[in-house]
Amino acid sequence: MGLTNQSTGSSLLGNNIVIDRTSCHGSIIALSGNPNVGKSTVFNSLTGLNQHTGNWPGKTVTACCGKYRYKNNNFILVDIPGTYSLMANSAEEEIARDFVCFENPDATVVVTDATCLERNLNLVLQTIEITKKVVVCVNLIDEAERKKIRIDCKKLFDRLGVPVVATNARSRRGLDELTDAVYNIALGLVRTNPLEIRYDETIEQAIELVRPIIWEITGGKINDRWVSLKLLDEDASMLESLNKFLGFNIMDYPMLRQNLNKARQHLEQNGIHPDQLRDRIVSRIINISEEICRDAVSFGNKQYDLTDRKIDSILTSKIFGIPVMLALLAVIFWLTIAGANYPSELLANLLFGFEDLLTDIFVALNVPGWIHGVLITGTYRTLAWVVSVMLPPMAIFFPLFTLLEDLGYLPRVAFNLDNFFKKACAHGKQALTMCMGFGCNAAGVIGCRIIDSPRERLIAAITNTFVPCNGRFPTLIALSAIFIGGGIAKGAFRSLVSTFSLTVIVLLGIIITLVVSKILSKTILKGLPSAFTLELPPYRKPQVVRIIVRSILDRTIFVLGRAIAVAAPAGLIIWVMANVHVGGSSILTHTAGFLDPFGKLLGMDGYIILAFVLGLPANEIVLPIIIMSYMASGSLIEFSEIEHLRQLLVSNGWTWLTGICVMLFSLLHFPCATTLWTIRKETQSMKWTLVSFAVPTIVGIIVCFIIANTARLFGLV
Amino acid sequence: MKENIIALKNLPIGRTAKIKYLSSVGAIRRRMLDLGLISGTVVEAMHKSPSGDPTAYNIRGAVIALRSEEAGKILVELN
Repeated sequence: MGLTNQSTGSSLLGNNIVIDRTSCHGSIIALSGNPNVGKSTVFNSLTGLNQHTGNWPGKTVTACCGKYRYKNNNFILVDIPGTYSLMANSAEEEIARDFVCFENPDATVVVTDATCLERNLNLVLQTIEITKKVVVCVNLIDEAERKKIRIDCKKLFDRLGVPVVATNARSRRGLDELTDAVYNIALGLVRTNPLEIRYDETIEQAIELVRPIIWEITGGKINDRWVSLKLLDEDASMLESLNKFLGFNIMDYPMLRQNLNKARQHLEQNGIHPDQLRDRIVSRIINISEEICRDAVSFGNKQYDLTDRKIDSILTSKIFGIPVMLALLAVIFWLTIAGANYPSELLANLLFGFEDLLTDIFVALNVPGWIHGVLITGTYRTLAWVVSVMLPPMAIFFPLFTLLEDLGYLPRVAFNLDNFFKKACAHGKQALTMCMGFGCNAAGVIGCRIIDSPRERLIAAITNTFVPCNGRFPTLIALSAIFIGGGIAKGAFRSLVSTFSLTVIVLLGIIITLVVSKILSKTILKGLPSAFTLELPPYRKPQVVRIIVRSILDRTIFVLGRAIAVAAPAGLIIWVMANVHVGGSSILTHTAGFLDPFGKLLGMDGYIILAFVLGLPANEIVLPIIIMSYMASGSLIEFSEIEHLRQLLVSNGWTWLTGICVMLFSLLHFPCATTLWTIRKETQSMKWTLVSFAVPTIVGIIVCFIIANTARLFGLV
Repeated sequence: MKENIIALKNLPIGRTAKIKYLSSVGAIRRRMLDLGLISGTVVEAMHKSPSGDPTAYNIRGAVIALRSEEAGKILVELN
């Protein structure tokens, strides 16, 4: 996760899907489906737009649009949020329903999971209840075949009355057929005859009392039968959307109010109370799904999910569940640390070699020294450092993490940890948003949309920064290698010790997340845990090559972009601060001197605190700023080895305690500017943004203060 | 209450049962209905999480984890 522009915060999309029909020429196609049915893969395969997909429920937390051409026609594909239903139990279902119903797409493709068709038909039936222009895509057909599940698409078509296409989007199987079916529906070349869902006689009579009036009021602009049913069901959110669509309050019509009352009375008299109506509607749809599947789906092997069960019995078992989880995390860290050494060195040599070349050119051109200072020793070196130290660990960590995601392991993590979150009065899916935070905390904050309860969503957003994001990983890795791994070990053993300390740091982040969540639940965000349902999707064979190519490419481009956008100007500012002298010493020294007593209190010094403050735009630059500050010239040294860094830090008074306090404060301090901005956007509240700033900072100050002063008290340093 | 009617949360792992009654209301009830938990639906208790809660159930071919709070409000009849 966190591998695309979308999830790294560079293109944070809004909540509402608004398609401007005047600006785009083409047919609008809605792509809907249950979470985790390969909807995003279908989307990518059709549009070629590289949207990231993950094997866990609720990945598409925001809508994405893409275009494709077929038979000289433009199609705009809108990836609407994955939902189980259109009954608006959550914000996402509301968005999905409103798009299908009120945006009037030229066709709606409902992507379903062939291995679990019966439950997916629920959404299909709810969709064809709203619109006739539906194409059903039975995806993951290969997986169904492997599990010996046979699906008779002809029978499905006969029963549903809309085109049904079997696909395997990963291998592009069936996609031509799908585009063709969509083309035919969108351009009105084929008329569908969808199954009409009929309810009990009483409900039908009630609908008929209301339907003609709706038809009259709306002039046939909208499916009157469906609207009648929803009004009888007292669906307030639908009514709101409907009024917005119509531009007036439909309830202003006395005739409608009158007949609605009459219809409700009719229902009551026949023993259908308001809360029972919903049950009957849902039950009817589920029963039809069941009936259709009995006819169209056959299981060649009743034990089709045996392998998944076996894997789950280990990965979620009482004894192995949590150890396996920690071991997997540690293995990923170890591969990252051990694997990043060599490429880091190579990149450093390359980039610093290029610096020498640039210097030669500057000298040859007689460029003034201060320009060289600003551009090369200030800006370029910071850039080179960030790229060479940050890039390799990311290029290893993210494909590995995505692999776990693609396999379907992450929902199991949420499953294993849910009880801890419940005890913290938080939501189990917070574990998933934390996983997203490993990529980027801003992405993690957006990911919090998968949590329905506003209270629990806020808790997840505020605590997301306790998961170290990719900007902080390399700092943590470097410092643990120097002050923990380096102190007691050499060679291969050193990376093992670093791995261990990194795992401990992450574990600490998780524990602090739980403790802070609990404290928030008992103070400013009081409340009980809300309902929790989590789907554990079938394990899937990961698309290894695609993961590697995609995550490295996406990440590389993003890191380079961000390095240029943030690290370069920061390098410039530091160089200027270090080289402009006021009253005998530089501005940098003055500022650091001012912050020094506070820094010392927390086991650090003024330069480090200043680096964290200046690192607000991006955590990547905290360590480079510290290094630059320590250099008398105010620019970064060239160093190809971690030993150089160690010498520099130690000669500036660092001890193992400083190392640990910096690592802790790196884990526990205010989120970066992008994350704060995202929190502001997601919560629509300055207050919660400030809370998100203050809470981790206070925690960091307390923890560092205690650690530093306890160590000093016992004379450990 | 009949002997063989129990709360879903007490359904032993590996056993299947038929939904008899949902006592939850409001949003939680709707969520349960969305999962296909209506009267007559057959569910199987598959496995518990390491700390004993939540439990994963096989509901209409999908594996869904429910906390004991939710599963306690669903009455099932043992098969």
